[in-house]
Amino acid sequence: MATATLPVTERENYLNKEYGIRSWLFTIDHKRIALLYLLSVTFFFFIGGLFALLIRLELLTPAGDLVQADTYNKLFTMHGMVMVFFFLIPVVPATLGNFLVPIMIGAKDLAFPRINLMSWYLYVIGGILIMHCMLTGGVDTGWTFYTPYSTAFTNTKIIEAGLAVFVAGFSSIFTGLNFIVTVHRMRAPGMTWGRLPLFIWANYATSIIMILGTPVVAITIILVAAERLFHLGIFDPKLGGDPLLFQHLFWFYSHPAVYIMILPSMGIISEIITCFSRKRIFGYKFVALSSVAIAVLGFLVWAHHMFVAGMSVYAALIFSFLSYMVAVPSAIKVFNWTATMYKGSISYTTPMLYAFGFLGLFTIGGLTGLFLASLGIDVHVTDTYFVVAHFHYIMVGGVLMGYLGGMHFWWPKISGRMYPEGWGRLAALIVFIGFNLTFFPQFILGYVGMPRRYWQYSPEFQVLNVLSTAGSTILGVGYLLPMIYFLWSMRYGKQAPDNPWNAAGLEWKTSSPPTTFNFDETPVVDFEAYDYENIKDTDDDGGAH
Amino acid sequence: MSEHSTSVGFYVMIFIILLLLTATTVGAAFINLGPLNPVIALGIATTKALLVVLFFMHVKGASEKMIQVVIMMGIFFLLLLLGLALADYGTRLWS
Repeated sequence: MATATLPVTERENYLNKEYGIRSWLFTIDHKRIALLYLLSVTFFFFIGGLFALLIRLELLTPAGDLVQADTYNKLFTMHGMVMVFFFLIPVVPATLGNFLVPIMIGAKDLAFPRINLMSWYLYVIGGILIMHCMLTGGVDTGWTFYTPYSTAFTNTKIIEAGLAVFVAGFSSIFTGLNFIVTVHRMRAPGMTWGRLPLFIWANYATSIIMILGTPVVAITIILVAAERLFHLGIFDPKLGGDPLLFQHLFWFYSHPAVYIMILPSMGIISEIITCFSRKRIFGYKFVALSSVAIAVLGFLVWAHHMFVAGMSVYAALIFSFLSYMVAVPSAIKVFNWTATMYKGSISYTTPMLYAFGFLGLFTIGGLTGLFLASLGIDVHVTDTYFVVAHFHYIMVGGVLMGYLGGMHFWWPKISGRMYPEGWGRLAALIVFIGFNLTFFPQFILGYVGMPRRYWQYSPEFQVLNVLSTAGSTILGVGYLLPMIYFLWSMRYGKQAPDNPWNAAGLEWKTSSPPTTFNFDETPVVDFEAYDYENIKDTDDDGGAH
Repeated sequence: MSEHSTSVGFYVMIFIILLLLTATTVGAAFINLGPLNPVIALGIATTKALLVVLFFMHVKGASEKMIQVVIMMGIFFLLLLLGLALADYGTRLWS
């Protein structure tokens, strides 16, 4: 019997090659490390989600009745820190990226497998630090650590939280370094830059940001610690420092960090839309290079977070203009995805539903970003719920929709099992409805003047807040469902063929799940990416080229 | 990579130069040179960074184009950070 026809349980693959906790904790297989990351980021997603739930429960009524003001400050701070640094930044690169980057380019592993494992350990150390910090008092500065409050006033655990972020930052630097070297050095014969899947381009661009941006936030955290511990005058005006310097340095990383989050999801969307439209991507080069353009332009826009903070009006004008510029490559992607679907043979599978969700929500998030980039409107809505709604449309509506779409798309490859399609579609619908019910009212709340980061509010804001809280519970159900049926499918799911979607790409030419070294023989690539015109529709074992 | 940069003694020498430059920074901090203070501190820091990049990171003598590209990118993004931040500091008092 040929290997490919053996049942999943009998074929040797990366999951059943070795057993036991040691085989996981000391693994250098990129696929196993991806699963370690998957477990860890899922854990932190639910911790961050728990904080979100408490925030929404507090905001159900105008009075501050569930928690004290100080506790509320800690809740939104820890929600932000956990979600940004321990979920959104690693979620796609470290899980799907780790799993797929080597396979998609026809390599056996990443260039530095041990550094890959070390990156996970650093993430875990950072995670333990942030958990310890949360359990022993937490932080109340907001995830942004703004000075001089963080260096001169608050008595909460700034140094420990900073250290956690610092350590986790190095894990993402390692991931970025690994991806860049792997893409440069380990592509299979024939896998030219012009044939790379767009998911690879997206992760490559992300890696550039990780490597260039993360050290800046690490240095900034050290400076905060130095001022807090040794009273060096860097940010505190009383000591001769400048608080806006902190914001410049912090946002130099933290705005591009938004692109660390969204770019890999954009890569996923490119894969899904081409596959389920059965069409070649419209404008491959533009979509690929727009990822790089976003990575570079993303570094030029940071001060739009500071328009009302007292910065120079003239510099604000420059940053406003540059912020508009970054919309161009993002729009190129959205238009090209739409053009790819035009006259395509579209199937409404779960990953495609998430891709549709991404298109709508990311567009709303992106366009409201333009509102915030324009100086006049920004003055009106800064620090209101409008901003909260805007970045959740990008980070949750964009990143998470892409991530969930990708998880469903590649789940057969990762686990060797199919998830239940009906439940998948239902969950995608619930997530979409829950998300919009949670965050759309916040646009209106912000526009009519409800400030963010307060635990009490005027009674006239209650109806919209109740809608938002109701939406968040629906959203919570939407997120729990995939976790349940993914776990269920690992035992009871239908066995996945090697290429259940009849998709292009090297990952579908290896077994599901893949063997430890991904391919029995190094593949030779003699076809363009997304060559769907030449893949027969009835072919279910890996694309006939 | 050139021969001399691989010997241990060479690295020790660079390390000692770095220590001396650190001592110079500390020493210069005790002398009031007015507007020259930051110029001297930044000058020494830049020299130290150059030494680390050129010798410890093996950039001097590296023939691969890719290494040059990576270094240029690092410098480019540093200039972006400094340039755009200075666009704020340089014009803040105008308004």
